[in-house]
Amino acid sequence: MTAASPSPSRRSFLAAAASLGVAVSFVGRQAHAATGAKKLIVVVCRGGMDGMSVAPPVGDPDYAALRGAIAIKPEEVLKLDGTFGLHPSLTAVHALALKGQARIAPAIATPDRARSHFEAQDVLETGEAKVYGADSGWLNRTLQVMGPGRTEALSVGGTAPLILRGPVQAASWSPGKGVDETARLPTLLQDLYKGDALLGPAFARGLETEAMAQAAMTAMAPAPTTVQGMAPAMNAPAMNAPGGRPADNRQGREAARKLGSTLAGFMRQADGPQIAALSLDGFDTHAGQPGQIATRLAYLDAVLDGLHEGLGPDWKNTVVVAATEFGRTARVNGTGGTDHGTASTALVLGGALKPGGIIGDWPTLKDTALFENRDVAPTLDMRGLFKGVLVDHLGVERTAVERKVFADSAGANAVTGLV
Amino acid sequence: MSLPSKDLMAALAATRFGMGARPGEIDAARSDPKGFLADQVRREGADQPQGDGDSAATRFAAFADYRMERRAMRQEARAIKGEDGMKPIPLVDAKPGRDALQQAQKDAQRYLRDKTSDDFLSRAQLACDTPAGFRERWALFFANHFTVSATRQATAVMIGPFEREAIRPNVFGRFEDLLVASSTHPAMLTYLDQAQSIGPTSRAAGRGNNRRAGLNENLAREILELHTVGVDGGYAQADVTEFARALTGFSIGRAQDPDAGAFLFRTGAHEPGQRTILGARYAEDGEGQGLAVLKALANDRRTARHVCGKLARHFVADEPPPALVARLEKRWMDTGGRLDEVAQALVEAPEAWDPDAAKIKTPYEFVVSTWRAVGGRPEKIEKLNPILTSLNQKPFTPPSPKGWPEEAQAWASPDGLIKRMQWAQGFASAVADTRDPDALARSALGARLSEPTARAVARAETRREAFALLVMSPEFQRR
Repeated sequence: MTAASPSPSRRSFLAAAASLGVAVSFVGRQAHAATGAKKLIVVVCRGGMDGMSVAPPVGDPDYAALRGAIAIKPEEVLKLDGTFGLHPSLTAVHALALKGQARIAPAIATPDRARSHFEAQDVLETGEAKVYGADSGWLNRTLQVMGPGRTEALSVGGTAPLILRGPVQAASWSPGKGVDETARLPTLLQDLYKGDALLGPAFARGLETEAMAQAAMTAMAPAPTTVQGMAPAMNAPAMNAPGGRPADNRQGREAARKLGSTLAGFMRQADGPQIAALSLDGFDTHAGQPGQIATRLAYLDAVLDGLHEGLGPDWKNTVVVAATEFGRTARVNGTGGTDHGTASTALVLGGALKPGGIIGDWPTLKDTALFENRDVAPTLDMRGLFKGVLVDHLGVERTAVERKVFADSAGANAVTGLV
Repeated sequence: MSLPSKDLMAALAATRFGMGARPGEIDAARSDPKGFLADQVRREGADQPQGDGDSAATRFAAFADYRMERRAMRQEARAIKGEDGMKPIPLVDAKPGRDALQQAQKDAQRYLRDKTSDDFLSRAQLACDTPAGFRERWALFFANHFTVSATRQATAVMIGPFEREAIRPNVFGRFEDLLVASSTHPAMLTYLDQAQSIGPTSRAAGRGNNRRAGLNENLAREILELHTVGVDGGYAQADVTEFARALTGFSIGRAQDPDAGAFLFRTGAHEPGQRTILGARYAEDGEGQGLAVLKALANDRRTARHVCGKLARHFVADEPPPALVARLEKRWMDTGGRLDEVAQALVEAPEAWDPDAAKIKTPYEFVVSTWRAVGGRPEKIEKLNPILTSLNQKPFTPPSPKGWPEEAQAWASPDGLIKRMQWAQGFASAVADTRDPDALARSALGARLSEPTARAVARAETRREAFALLVMSPEFQRR
């Protein structure tokens, strides 16, 4: 290890975050990534995040009855307005909301109505009207229409998610041992790969990204000593262990926060990325929902807090959207959970955000208002929110967004006035 | 198209068609490289990994027990708190029962995890040990074609049995039999939600307030899109829905059924009536209706084209020569989808012996071929799980029913190459000190060993460095 290498404990933290199901990916453009450039981070919450837990509509007269034993009480929520609060785990988001830097879209959905994770995530990430509409993700297409420039894509702890896959070539990084820069092997291999059109450039990019990761991590404050030595317990279980629990809440939160601030470190570098995607899984809460979702939302809150803290002065140029493939049933099911539903809540955060109320309308939870008599009815098309962010925040040309990024989305009006 | 030299063909036989060369393997293939491969094709199917050989039914029952214990734990927890309108049970009274339950739960979890690990390890050991690498790669191709993933708990423990029961015995038989075996196996029925699919007007669907959930199209769609005619197969949503109706009733026996954990046709859940799929009509015939559709799909030319195209992409190049696909497809159609014949056609095809190695090894192929290069095999799951997970090929966990990606681009990622290098360094430190690197390079790559790689290995400062260079060389990474 060279002096520039991050400490082993920091690496373990990031590896632990990956094992919690948090994965970061980003795509960026050097040409636009100078300080002051607008930044966009999309957090994909996988598994069907329950919108009614993210922002419980405690002021809606039907909420308590529908949710029964798992309803969150009005005095427990972090209050937003007369109808909505935030889940008690979302303390950092609430602090931002009080400053007008976090808003909710409480009845948002993709155009997909199949209630299948697989299809709905596909639609969320491709930005298409129908499943299998495209092989590329809408963030990748965003980069294509933003024009030429050196582009970067990076994923931490998982395969590059569909949202950023596509013709714009993706680099990737995940927390590993770090490359010993004094060893001869990388140099010798670069030599052997000279004639290989695929391995040569990929390996060179890998070494560059690794160096960048080390710079990003050494820029951060040292890890608190109290959490050292816990990391081994947080390594990924040998296989998909049934009921295997990844670390406890506090350690998990700490790891998630580090991941957020590391990503922020990447983005703040002079040639860092302008656009990032990050995913967090485990939201499929069919049973025992209250405990599970409290943990997942605490991780989400910590990642967002890490981003906020890590971006520092660049926070004012940033918009973060956290969204899921579908929401869950309005009624509690027989196992203290909820089943696959339709609309959910998206969180929109950032220093670039204009203060305001909820984004989109609240359809209410009256029997007659529920979608197919079971789910929160969608009042806002997810693509409308994304289009609004691309046009108004990133300054992507409107017709390119309509034609190339979200083709087939004419029915989904871009949300305006967000920034 | 002329064939390369025997020396080069022997190296290609072991590395492109097989799982990588063990010491001596390329020498064994040298006199007759095509015969070396042809001899590995056998009607009775692929090899079976060592291991406990548990049936899917056994694993299904184990998982059902685990689920019951989990439910009992939750009830107990509610009773202690006095939820459910009951008087709380004092903790001191509840504790012994609760502790026993907790222990049972832990044991069940460990059992399920260990079984899945053992399945994967024994399969990797077979891949490392086998002298018939082509036969194993052929089996792995079809295991991936009919993907069942551990992304769901209930499925994880059944993947090993699925490969042993549905895939391996059938990979050199008729495709039709393979398709039926896969589509009726409890692992597939679980993974793609078929077991719960209920015909909307069937008896099981019930009426009024007793209505139960209806059709699930997942398996029907994936059979069309992934297993048979392919996404360009010309089917419409109506075909998917009709097929899903035909498949209703394909389910798994529960504890109270005579064949618990095995395929069970539930007449009551079957949607009655005639079905039309891809223009063909299928009379109402209960279980026979779904089977008739599967057989028709298996023998459809579009299926031959789709699967032969995938085979050519897997073995030869991401964009394979059309002449190769045509050859495979012709043999398939001429023999009624006999997969042993298709395998022979692949071996005989000159296009399959292109000296340029277009494919990048998947992480599994890379790790297995590295073990094979030193004539060893992993003895613990810990030797496999961390590296495969960090290279995005977590054991038994392909990301979707589409299976692991095939394209070189997906695996030659910048981060992936760095991780491969770091792993190779670690592996080298464990194995390289007692071995002659030049000899290893020759036995692992034969005539595929390039001048620059041979030179780099010879000039390396240490045996470890030499070994890492060998397995990270372009010709070892490619096949």
